[in-house]
Amino acid sequence: MKQEHGGNGTRKYGMVIDLDLCTGCGSCMVACMAENNVPFREDETDKLKSITWMRVYKLTNGKPYPETDICYLPRPCQHCEGSHGHSPCVSVCPATATDYDSQTGIVSQIYTRCFGCRYCMAACPYHARYFNWYDPIWPEGMEKYLNPNVSPRMRGVVEKCSFCFHRYQAAKDKAYLDGQKEIEEDAYQTACTQACPAGAITFGDLDNPDHAVHKLKKQPGAFRLLERLGTNTKVYYVSSREWVRRAGDNYLKTEGPKKVV
Amino acid sequence: MSELDGKSQTVSEIVVSSAHGQSGKEGGSGGVIVLFFFVGLVASLIVGWVLFPKALYSQKKQPIDFNHTLHNGLVGNGCESCHFFREDGSYSGVPKLAQCIECHEEAQSSDPEEIKFVEQFVKKEIEVPWLVYARQPDCVFFSHAAHVKSANMDCATCHGPIGESEHMKLYQQNRITGYSRNIWGENIVGIKKNTWDRMKMDDCSECHQKQKVLLGSVQTQKEGCFVCHK
Repeated sequence: MKQEHGGNGTRKYGMVIDLDLCTGCGSCMVACMAENNVPFREDETDKLKSITWMRVYKLTNGKPYPETDICYLPRPCQHCEGSHGHSPCVSVCPATATDYDSQTGIVSQIYTRCFGCRYCMAACPYHARYFNWYDPIWPEGMEKYLNPNVSPRMRGVVEKCSFCFHRYQAAKDKAYLDGQKEIEEDAYQTACTQACPAGAITFGDLDNPDHAVHKLKKQPGAFRLLERLGTNTKVYYVSSREWVRRAGDNYLKTEGPKKVV
Repeated sequence: MSELDGKSQTVSEIVVSSAHGQSGKEGGSGGVIVLFFFVGLVASLIVGWVLFPKALYSQKKQPIDFNHTLHNGLVGNGCESCHFFREDGSYSGVPKLAQCIECHEEAQSSDPEEIKFVEQFVKKEIEVPWLVYARQPDCVFFSHAAHVKSANMDCATCHGPIGESEHMKLYQQNRITGYSRNIWGENIVGIKKNTWDRMKMDDCSECHQKQKVLLGSVQTQKEGCFVCHK
């Protein structure tokens, strides 16, 4: 058992999102909401109160016609590793409710442990964390459609994208039963990856040369959001357009977009 | 100065004399007070340790008094004959009616419990509302595959010798939390003699800390929270 998990058993799950392929359809957002029992309200106009683990942002280059251009940017939790092995939210959590797992590289959020101080939301540079201002109210009958593998949250706790961690748990269960030691690339995929009709999102182990993301993250147009903060995120974006890569951080006019090392 | 001293002296004399007066009275009723204190203490202890725990748990009978010993002798593959793993690695848990029907389409004996089972559930095709002793809270992810298949643990390590029972024990539900008593354990103080006496988070981590299998947590230097939480 120790041999099975120790040493090389560590994984580093991450995503590569091709922004040139993304059409901004929002399928990833819908799939995420359904998969993870994300609560919604009748009136979703107040975005400070709504919860979207995966959120598609619209970027524009700000130029007049005919040079005008737009780009859609899906933003899940970036699962930062930092230079010291964990994310900014883990640093500030006084309840040990959020944690960085060096076995998978996933930042976990334990809802029953969280007491809702929201320090993590302030610490997160990506606005990836959301607070439950209300208890979830499902339309009548919808509670039967909830995913039994994801525990619903209560009022007063913070939640965020978990890279569909329950699917990793399920994939491990299958691997245990089959006596396998490695989890196949397609055995663990996030809901947004599978829902994307354009195939813009690729998910896998960034350190595993057999996984597609290992190569894709080294593409010429690859960048990460707020690269210079040193958050060392595990979500890579790819775009051939320079203004999109520039939009990934607050660069000065004289600066060029920083490349991923 | 001298006047002040005189005053303070008289004050202290009064205090002393009044204190003497009180202690004089206590001499008579002290025994009653002590007795009253102990009666109250014993009563509180009985309420706290006996009456409250009894009131805390509601007692429910299982719909059918299932005989594990009898079945264990008849099936070929031990516990896994009925409590099996699905192909996707998930665990079936308590059997559904479809499995029971494989043998019990008709009553095989004159046992009143079996006849009741066939009449009330099999013939009407109603699922038996079994009460699950080991049901964990919603936020817990427990992998039977990891423990049984990978770590080769016995069912009895967590569930106890339930496979050798002839009758189903009463299901006790915590009226406040709604959880089964088997989670907290029979012993209200929390004293544990066997590994299967309790099923709280501490009991999981007790073994996990010894095994040190999935150490990955940056916060605690122990196992990651997502190993057992969902």
